[in-house]
Amino acid sequence: MNPALILQRREFLKAGGVLTGILAAGSPLALLAPTRTWAVELATLTSAEGATLMAMARTIAPHDKLEDAAYALVIQGIDGQASKDAELKKLVKDGIQGLGPDFAAASEAKRVAALKKIEPSPFFQTTRVKTLQILYSSPIAYAYFGYEGEAFSKGGYLYRGLNDLHWLPDVPAEDAGPMPVA
Amino acid sequence: MAKIEPSDAGAVVIVGSGAGGGTLAHELTRRGIKVVLLEAGKRESIATFSQDPGVAFGQLTWLDPRTLSGTWGVTRDFPTLPAWIAKTVGGTTVHWTAATPRDREWEVTARTSYGNLAGTSLIDWPIPYAELKNYYQLAERRMGVTRRNGVPGMPASNNFKVMYAGAKKLGYKRVHTGYLAINPKPFDGRAFCIQQGFCAQGCKTGAKWSTLYTEIPRAEATGNLDLRIQCMATRIEHGTDGRVNAVVYRDAQGNEQRQKARIVCVAGNAIETPRLLLLSESSKYPHGLANSTDQVGRNYTHHIINFVWGVFDKPVRAWRGATLAGLIEDPQVNEPKRGFVGGYHFELCSLDLPTFPLVGIPYGWGRDFASVIDNFANIAGILVNGEDMPRADNRITLDPKVRDSHGLPVAHVHVDEHPNDIALRNHATEQAARLYEAVGAKRTIKGNTPPATHNMGTARMSKDPRDGVTNAWGQTHDIKNLFVSDGSMLSTAGSANPTLTIVALVLRQAEYISREMTARNI
Repeated sequence: MNPALILQRREFLKAGGVLTGILAAGSPLALLAPTRTWAVELATLTSAEGATLMAMARTIAPHDKLEDAAYALVIQGIDGQASKDAELKKLVKDGIQGLGPDFAAASEAKRVAALKKIEPSPFFQTTRVKTLQILYSSPIAYAYFGYEGEAFSKGGYLYRGLNDLHWLPDVPAEDAGPMPVA
Repeated sequence: MAKIEPSDAGAVVIVGSGAGGGTLAHELTRRGIKVVLLEAGKRESIATFSQDPGVAFGQLTWLDPRTLSGTWGVTRDFPTLPAWIAKTVGGTTVHWTAATPRDREWEVTARTSYGNLAGTSLIDWPIPYAELKNYYQLAERRMGVTRRNGVPGMPASNNFKVMYAGAKKLGYKRVHTGYLAINPKPFDGRAFCIQQGFCAQGCKTGAKWSTLYTEIPRAEATGNLDLRIQCMATRIEHGTDGRVNAVVYRDAQGNEQRQKARIVCVAGNAIETPRLLLLSESSKYPHGLANSTDQVGRNYTHHIINFVWGVFDKPVRAWRGATLAGLIEDPQVNEPKRGFVGGYHFELCSLDLPTFPLVGIPYGWGRDFASVIDNFANIAGILVNGEDMPRADNRITLDPKVRDSHGLPVAHVHVDEHPNDIALRNHATEQAARLYEAVGAKRTIKGNTPPATHNMGTARMSKDPRDGVTNAWGQTHDIKNLFVSDGSMLSTAGSANPTLTIVALVLRQAEYISREMTARNI
């Protein structure tokens, strides 16, 4: 996903709300973006609904130092799908309403307790899967978890760290194999 | 490429272009036999493979609806996706991770080796092992398998280093970088592996054997192959003599087409193959083709597959390197004193970050779940691959309610685990956890059973027609010119990843078909 997508200017007024934030200094995204402030426009959710859903995503997958922009992508993804799918829209909007206006600002213990109560519901299960699908697929997440992603464009890992683990002994040659000559 | 007329009744029609169908197409066409190869999916290439795991999943995976029931973990965790197999030219050889160990002699005489185990439908394979071994060798040469025929092994990755050290602490002896159909050096016009990972998304260098860019282009070059993509077979027809004579399919536009055939070979993987036979019911064959003994779709096996992860306090970066380049062979023994019959392997494994939380670890959310992913770079992985027991009622049937986009009943997959399956799984996952603990894992995680990538047994070879659907050549017991040419043929599951065995059996089948055609027996 291109960071520019989430940093784009508001092109026209939409019915939905907006989520905003500031990238941490030193964030890999901050190096790419023209400004550290970001805004995600929502097509169908209001700003308050977006904030509640964001708190829910953070409770499902709590990574304290992973910045809000990563979670905002989740909300943007669910919001985008809901704007094209009336059934999903109703599911999400009703679910958020069920969590109530105080959910977003509640303590983590209270948020966990509230979600435990609705865990079997289609709203929770749908949101859980979509949160995991979107959250861990973004460049922000790749950088945060130290995941290097595709390496074909860089020539693979053959000569770039395939075997750079030094806290265990090397494997004897007969149980491994030679490095091919490039 | 050949253009074969729909009215040409002299052609062999093969349904499916994966390990079985793609290899068979090459073997027949190079002998001068005209082949129509029907493939339900599109044709990708090493240029079009995506390195975005989500995109690649959508591009390659068979996502047509199927339904599930039974006590198998997949029914609970992946209720809409029993199998993780491909719908594309090259079939699941585009998605596979290229592990090619062999089944052992005692595995292909499973009924004799394991005895009369209650609740199973074990049989011995109708092929002498010495003969199968010859075809294993042929298949290994064809595919360029590492550590066989003088081909070197793969270099060790970080992930393998962890597995190796732990295995040695536990006393395992046969531990190495595995038998893989991936080039460690250039071979057969294909490049060597650059250890980029992403084997399951389609190999961007072509170092991994796949019928997409080995067997199929060679079959095309003979001038005898008519490959028809996005063509989904829906029915096999027969004449008044009972022999099959045509395949009906939907083309890319959804229009119904009919191809006449001298011989039909079904290679749609072990869920779609029985489905097609069952869909082809007629007044002469009211229970579907080749089903006079009610064996089509039964005895479905899928291997005991389980992820086990070791979490360390130092980096592993398990995604670097060929995904399955590591093997522990020692547990592939039949030692009933372990509490179960049959054996298993440990294979090296990793998953990309987007897939790991969804498929690799048990259902969860919240602090504990997230803390595992926080350690993603420090996680080493093992995949258990063990033999599961065939059971008559573990089977593929036609779903009574759910229909596909052509209005045809979808496949329903029912699996109840046998107590032997559970005992094997517990033993293997416990051993894998001990392996990681022996080298200092701060935590081990026994993951899910993922959707089945190894699907077998649903049209199995049997000596006695009452026990299976096909004979020792994959020829159906009921209809002489109808063959099964994929993992459905496997009489029992063994513990080897099935592709090598499928290729070996199909190399043998092609010789038989060619011989029988020349003799005008079929």
